[in-house]
This record gives sequence, C-alpha cells and structure tokens, in this order.
Amino acid sequence: MLQIADKIFRSRLFTGTGKFSSSRQMEEALVASGSELVTVALKRVDITSEQDDILLHLKHPHIHLLPNTSGVRNAKEAVFAAQLAREALETNWIKLEIHPDPKYLLPDPIETLKATEELAKLGFVVLPYIHADPVLCKRLENAGTAVVMPLGSPIGSNKGLKTADFLEIIIEQSKVPVIVDAGIGAPSEAAKALEMGADAVLVNTAIAVAGNPVQMAIAFKLAVEAGRLAYEAKLAATGNYAEASSPLTAFLDE
Amino acid sequence: MSSFKAIFDSYSWDEVKKSIYAKTAADVERALAAPKRTLEDFKALISPAATAYLEHMAQLSQQLTQKRFGKTMQLYVPLYLSNECQNICTYCGFSLDNKVRRKTLSGVEIMQEVAAIKAMGYDHVLLVTGEANQTVHVEYFKKVLELIRPHFSHISMEVQPLEVADYEALIPYGLNTVLVYQETYHQEDYRQHHPKGKKSNFYYRLDTPDRLGEAGIHKIGLGVLIGLEDWRTDSFFTALHLNYLEKTYWQTRYSLSFPRLRPFSGGLEPKVEMTDKELVQLICAYRLFYEEVELSISTRESEKFRNNIIRLGITAMSAGSKTNPGGYVVEPESLEQFEISDERSPAEITAMLKAQGYEPVWKDWDRMYI
Repeated sequence: MLQIADKIFRSRLFTGTGKFSSSRQMEEALVASGSELVTVALKRVDITSEQDDILLHLKHPHIHLLPNTSGVRNAKEAVFAAQLAREALETNWIKLEIHPDPKYLLPDPIETLKATEELAKLGFVVLPYIHADPVLCKRLENAGTAVVMPLGSPIGSNKGLKTADFLEIIIEQSKVPVIVDAGIGAPSEAAKALEMGADAVLVNTAIAVAGNPVQMAIAFKLAVEAGRLAYEAKLAATGNYAEASSPLTAFLDE
Repeated sequence: MSSFKAIFDSYSWDEVKKSIYAKTAADVERALAAPKRTLEDFKALISPAATAYLEHMAQLSQQLTQKRFGKTMQLYVPLYLSNECQNICTYCGFSLDNKVRRKTLSGVEIMQEVAAIKAMGYDHVLLVTGEANQTVHVEYFKKVLELIRPHFSHISMEVQPLEVADYEALIPYGLNTVLVYQETYHQEDYRQHHPKGKKSNFYYRLDTPDRLGEAGIHKIGLGVLIGLEDWRTDSFFTALHLNYLEKTYWQTRYSLSFPRLRPFSGGLEPKVEMTDKELVQLICAYRLFYEEVELSISTRESEKFRNNIIRLGITAMSAGSKTNPGGYVVEPESLEQFEISDERSPAEITAMLKAQGYEPVWKDWDRMYI
C-alpha cells in the first residue's frame, strides 16, 4: 500500500475539486472514485467559513483534504498560503503549485524548490507540482519533499503522458513516491502511468468535464487498480523482433 | 518600458480590414483544423466567410472552454464610485458635456453600497469611475481600497489610465485587475469620439496595458466598444494587442470583453450594428484563438442572449448591476452610464446557471495573495 508521511492510502487515485458543474456532482464523482486524497484550491474556498459549499461536500471520513496554493506566483506567497491553510483546515499537508505563467500553468522550478525547502523546515508535508525534471526531483528530495508530482502534460490539457521518457527516469531514481499530476485525459493513460511504476496519479479535469463525471470516476478507479496490478505482476517483456525462421547465426551450430 | 506602439504602427487599418474580408471558406476550414491557430487564422474566423461555420465554431468553443474552465461561471458586479468626468466621449452618459448632476461617493456611502452588494452574495467587485483627476485620484482610490478590501476577495478597477508608479502604489492595497478598453483602434474615429480631455490622447491609452504589465498587475482586461467602427478590424487589433502583451508580460492573466454600444439619454447611435449572430461568432473566434483567456459578458446584453451564450465560451458575467454612483441604495434614481438590458437578480442568474448545469463561482481569488 502507498504511504505518504504518516498516512496509508488504499486508493492510488488522487483527485481535484475544480471544474465540476455543481458541488453535489463533485461529491458524487469523488465518492465513486474511491479517492482518499482530494486537492482543493485555497483561492476557491472560504477557509474561514464553516459553511463553505465545496468544503461541506467533502466531509467524508475517508477523504483527506489536500489544500493547494494555485494562484500564488512565488515562494513567499506559497509559504504564506500554506500557513493559512494549515491554520484553517488543520492539516500540515500542502500541494505546492507555483505557476506564474497563467497560460499553460507550467510550474516554476526555482520558486518551487525554495518553497519546498522552507515548508519542509516548518514541518509541512510537501507535495510539489513540477515539470518532469529528474534532476529537480532529486533536489526536492534533498530539500525534504514528501513526494514528487511531475506533470504528464500541461494542467487541464488532457494530452496524456507526453513526458513518459522522463517520468520513467524519475520513477527509476526516486526515493519518494512519484505521483503523475497533470494532463491525464483518459483512464488508459492513468493505467499506463501506474504500469510504468508511478505510485499514484492525480486526475481532475478528465473526470469533472466528462459527459458523465460519476461514471468516468469509476472508470479511472478501475484503470488505476488495473495499472497497479499489472505493475506488481511484472509485465512480460515486449519483443522488438520476431523469431526468425532462418536464423542468421544458425551456421555456427552446423 | 516595452511598448505596443511600434507593433501597432506597423499595421494599416485599411489593409487589415481588406485582408479579413478577403478570407475564403478554405481559410476558415484551415483555421478550424489547425492545432495551433495564428493571427491569420483568427482573421479567417472573424471574417464573413466564417459565418457559414458558426455551429462548428460553437461546438469547438464549448469543448475548449469546458476543458479549461469546467462547467463554471465567475460572477462579479460593478460598483460605480463617481460620474465626475473631464472627458467628452460621444457615446457615454458621463461625458463632460452631458448635463447631469455629478456625484462621487463618500466613504460612508461606499460602505452602504458595499453592504448591498455583499447581501447579493458577491465577493468580486469592479470599481468604476469617470476621469476626474482633481477629485478621483490615486489617493482617493487608496482610501476606497482600504475601506472595501476586508469585504472582497477580488477587486477589479475600470478607471482612468494611470502611471506605472500609481499602479504600483495601488497593488499593495488589494488591486488585482484593471480593465482598460481602447474603445477603438481606428485613430481617426477615436479622435472624433474623444474630442476633449485626457482621454483624447490615443497613444497614452494604447500604452496603458504596458504600464499595467510593468507594474506587475495580476490581470488586465482588454476590449473595444463595439459600434464605433468595423468590429472585425477592431477585434483583430484587440487580438494583436493581447498577443503582444502575453509574450511581454507572461505572468499576467488577461480577460476580454465585447461591449456593444447601448443607448443612453442624448447619446450616439451606433455607426456599425453588430448582430447577435456576429457577436457569437466573435466570442467563438476569441476562444478558438485563445484557449486560456477569460471572456466576460455584462448586463448590457439581453436575458435571452445571455442564457444561451454562457455555454459557448463565456467564463464571467455580472448580474443585478447598477451603472450609476449610488445605484444600489444611496441614490438609485441618479443617471446611469448606460441602460442595462438583463435586469435579473444574482439569485435569478444563479438559478438559470444551475438549471444549465453550471456552477456559479463567487470566489476565485483570495486577498492573502497580494
């Protein structure tokens, strides 16, 4: 089972709360997904209110909230946001999102590393959203990150695992769990990430914007389970060449 | 400071217009099929040739919008602080030569208006004024921001163009977004519609988004007033402007509006009429060109149009708006800047959105971020 900090997860599907057509639909889809870690944007909720509509719909014993810093532009703002979240939501977990580029929402590696160092020192469990950069992942490990969350493709793009070659290197080298965070558009791509050895995936847009979000949530749940099972079962090696009927080296045995 | 002027000056209005109207069905089809669309593709999408492809454009626009923004709609409301104005603008109710009683809200009055706005459920407010630099100046804005900041998570402003240092001074007070519409990119026409006042300086206005970008504002809103000139050519220049700004101030977000000229007492008749069909075309074209840009629609538009347009690319709308200072409670009968068309309350708009499967978003920012 997957362990991050002191928490054990039975589900390797992490989810988000944006883009749903209602809070009720979000709740139904997230419950159906079996997800135990759900990220919520601080900018979208009123953390000072007991009556916030999004938060009210996330009150399930198996759902852990993962506040994210979406909207901040640098390490300083991120640290400040994390501290407010810790106080209001009573969790020291923080999904660090620093994407100063509002067009593709690509993460700033320099500010993310700085913020991770600082937040880890302050006792946070840091889950940073980053580019699929293997060297940055090692730097974040040294800085005390709990996991790394490399992107498959830009947030919300549904383009799948465009960074597959680099994700493989990250998975090979990482000492902390690897969660593929962004760009997964279909259950088959989530299954693929788990087959590659990713410890979990985070999916939001592909569920929220689906024609039937609840059914899509179930599809992702099954795909993630299948991908993990396949990884644990060890995939058969893929052959690049067929067995030749007249081997070129057969003369050696003659 | 970087400036859009050099790029703008390298284009000729007449040539751009000619090239838009020369676009063919083949150009439109190429634009629709392109994975990344160029400014030439945008021209094709706003051209008369694209009207035959409107349904296809709408389908694509809906898909792209939902992918990026989900099934959500941001809600905001204007708060008119003042109708004092030293400019003559031929299309505006607050124009200097329009004989109306002038009013700038006091601190106490602002808080009365804020209470009414909060009671409607709003968390995002747009502050609006005319241009009266003697009374409605940076110090006044600072005082207003200080007063209202505890009550809103997102504060936008649509006031006279300011200097970089002024914007830099206002941002720490909670200013998040500034809207500055060029009105028209047609210089001769601009001169005719703005004969007097600081606003008559075309290039000072044109460079305002640059000054905002330089100051590090979070979001800039652009647009033209549709009805002054050929909307296709004006919209091309808007897109050109946005293209330049995105590359130059890459940390800034952008939104676009497309206000159609509305009647007001003693006002100007639109020179160019834009039909509903054409406005749909423009909205879809903007979305097909810019997947990420926010598209906003105000209460200028009719109930029926707004009910239908929300699914086609719009990401923000206002509701229950008053366009006069004190319009909510202090002085409801004072003269409006323009007549609004959709008079439904925020509660009615919320019900309409939910019925269509859209989640109204009241809060999408937090004052802690500035």
